[in-house]
Amino acid sequence: MANLTPELEAERKKICAVAKEYGLDFFETIFELITYDQINQFAALGGFPVRYPHWKFGMEYEHLSKSYEYGLSKIYEMVINTDPCYAYLMEGNMMMDQKLVMAHVYGHCDFFKNNIWFSKTNRKMMDQMANHGTRIRRYIDRYGVDVVEAFIDRCLSLENLIDRHSVYSPINPTVKSQTPAADPARDRGFLLKYDREYMRDYINPPEFVAEQRRKMEENAAKQARFPAEPQRDILKFLIDHAPLEDWQVDVLSIIRDEAYYFAPQGMTKTMNEGWASYWHSKIMTQKILTDSEIIDFADHHSGTTHMGPQSYNPYKVGIELMRDIEDRWNKGRFGRDWEECDDVRERKNWDKKTGLGRDKIFEVRKVYNDVTFIDEFLTEDFCVRHKLFVYKFNKRTQAFEIDTRDFKAIKAKLLFQMTNFGQPIIRIEDANFENRGELLMSHLWEGIDLQPDFMNETMKNVYAIWQRPVILTTVMDNEGQLYRYDGHEFKNMKIGPAAPSSDEGQKEDETP
Amino acid sequence: MSIKEDQSRFRNIIKGKIKADLRKYVSQGEMIGKRENEYVKIPLPSIDIPNFRYGPKQKGGVGQGEGKPGEGVGEPGEGEGQAGSEAGQHMLEAEMSVDELAEILGEKLELPKIQPKGSKNIETQKTRYSGIAPVGPEGLRHFKTVYKQALKRYITSGTYDPKDPRIVPIRRDFRYRTFKTVTKPQTKAVIIYMMDVSGSMGDEQKEIVRLESFWINAWLRKHYKGLETRFIIHDAAAKEVDENTFFRTSESGGTLISSAYKLCMEMIQAEYNTDEWNVYPFHFSDGDNWSGEDTRLCVQLLKEFFLPNVNVFCYGQVESKYGSGQFLKDLQKEFPEDDRIITSQIENRDKILDSIKDFLGKGK
Repeated sequence: MANLTPELEAERKKICAVAKEYGLDFFETIFELITYDQINQFAALGGFPVRYPHWKFGMEYEHLSKSYEYGLSKIYEMVINTDPCYAYLMEGNMMMDQKLVMAHVYGHCDFFKNNIWFSKTNRKMMDQMANHGTRIRRYIDRYGVDVVEAFIDRCLSLENLIDRHSVYSPINPTVKSQTPAADPARDRGFLLKYDREYMRDYINPPEFVAEQRRKMEENAAKQARFPAEPQRDILKFLIDHAPLEDWQVDVLSIIRDEAYYFAPQGMTKTMNEGWASYWHSKIMTQKILTDSEIIDFADHHSGTTHMGPQSYNPYKVGIELMRDIEDRWNKGRFGRDWEECDDVRERKNWDKKTGLGRDKIFEVRKVYNDVTFIDEFLTEDFCVRHKLFVYKFNKRTQAFEIDTRDFKAIKAKLLFQMTNFGQPIIRIEDANFENRGELLMSHLWEGIDLQPDFMNETMKNVYAIWQRPVILTTVMDNEGQLYRYDGHEFKNMKIGPAAPSSDEGQKEDETP
Repeated sequence: MSIKEDQSRFRNIIKGKIKADLRKYVSQGEMIGKRENEYVKIPLPSIDIPNFRYGPKQKGGVGQGEGKPGEGVGEPGEGEGQAGSEAGQHMLEAEMSVDELAEILGEKLELPKIQPKGSKNIETQKTRYSGIAPVGPEGLRHFKTVYKQALKRYITSGTYDPKDPRIVPIRRDFRYRTFKTVTKPQTKAVIIYMMDVSGSMGDEQKEIVRLESFWINAWLRKHYKGLETRFIIHDAAAKEVDENTFFRTSESGGTLISSAYKLCMEMIQAEYNTDEWNVYPFHFSDGDNWSGEDTRLCVQLLKEFFLPNVNVFCYGQVESKYGSGQFLKDLQKEFPEDDRIITSQIENRDKILDSIKDFLGKGK
């Protein structure tokens, strides 16, 4: 399949061998040389040449093509998490760029294969995506493109409502309620009064007792919440319980499958880019670059890892943190002695020559994701050295400005942005709210309001799938709010002062 | 490739949305503001797939650089080095060529196609610079690239001296611009806009004229590539101006419409042979003329010169607080059945679309 020129193929072999020498471990990686138009197409399709038809890919393609034609952006690299890995090089790029991209790609491929958060992804996704495409095309043939596409629009509107961590935990065994059994305490509630023990079975014959027990059970079941626990995988819940046609269930499942496939890439963006950048830098500067290429390399590399005052660049933070970790573990700057040392000079010259750096970053790339990575390895020294700050929107001046350089604030902000991939956490609390089959969802508010117009439109889409009124509790303008959409109009009720949701979430008593 | 189908579905969705809301877009003029050559940027917030997401303003984030708390950091978001895996949340504006807009306008208003007169089509040749190459004529040497190449060579060969940063390029460093020749067909058409800028025409009236003329241009340009536009303003006297002045000038004083018609006539006679040229005079005014006598002079000019020579003569009357609106009535009385003259009354912005339909609905 690969169509590299002999020259590129020779370089590829060299880079591949170097990467392996450094200890990178990856699936077979197939590079393809494609035109800028093809690369734009593939990028618009999320890297997969064959997907289901949808206008959003067309929109993305148009955007990419325009930016390319106007010289605003150019995609150098694309790599797909599959086995074998597919990676694309753009025809007509400089040789140095191609080598850099190959080195970078091997970094990604190693990460895909070894990082634990990728362990549950389908490595045959190329086929799976093609299958999804076939299935959706079949529905389009049967039901018409407008009907199917409109339904896909609705599904995509909900695609972020998944539980990103659910795939890593063992399946919860469902606790079945026991069959009606003798429970003297409870039975006393319905047994008819008897004075003598020996009269009990006459006054309360066994059939009567069994009947009463059954009724009790039924009542209890009616009052039980459904779902028993709040559900974060809202897509799954809708697939299982919404009144949908078979084809709709299938479409929704496809959207959910793909959302889960892409989820780890969002969860490890900083680490993954940091890891790949660390390795392209190491491989290129130490083994591959020729003298005449060094300036172009420096130019390209610094462009990739540039971080401005208003943007977070995962490449930059990732590579610097990786290097920082390597350095700290090389010098033994970890553990209790290091943490408890207050002497500035001693800290500055601290070098225990432990030489564990390389081992440590290999371990880090295996078991961490962005949240745990930042939580564990972002240090105050690092923030000061890299001049990081938190910015916020000033309502008075209508502009973004620097808020603080406080380490805790920076860390909290980064962690917050990464938790749930920067998506609000929404879950289903009750699918039979007030016994009317209405869907009660709650937004676990953590200081940032939802965008109101999008919230309304999304609720309409949930309604279209659930087909009964939909309710969302959240916080808007510092007040607890309840929004209800019944298919015709929105109603809004204040439900109390704002309070960041605890992990337990909002309880029923908060809603009227 | 299937992506082309996706793309055309996307374009159709945009077109559908614009068509559905055309009246809004026409009357607001926000799209004309963001014009770049042949393309118009159209704000289309509703195209995005909605989801539960955080509102942007409270969000903030982490950045890098100098500065003290309280110092501004500019707008966030722009400029990540490489495209990531996240799908875009950037496309709040759709780009549309003026041609496509004209198409939408035509479909919405069911405008008939125009049959141009004059069979001679002239082709023009244009040169476009399209790239950089290592060979070429000295006149097209691209200095910046040459310098960069030479600088690279100096640095890699270790001869660069920061204390004496002189760079002397050699043959190998030279780069030249390359060009392509493109031919463009030219059909001959001219729109001559005339506008009353006397004191009674306020900013709102001019804005209406501006919006309307944008759409008229768009439609006519679709039929005549290389459409020419000329602008005449008048109060008691008329003069030719450029486009900017046309929409910004504010004069005071009396109104003699005939002055503009005379200037327009002279312009046509001097420059546009009406056998070959498709001529479209458009006149916008609030309908106040100085005297009945001048109006009679206008009518005479129309009868004797304009109507036999131009494709169609269009008169648009913009409602204003001060204008009497008499001129429109006079014209309608004078030319009740003549389809070579089209009059239209534009009460407010919402009527622009109807007025366009009046002017262009005849297929002239």
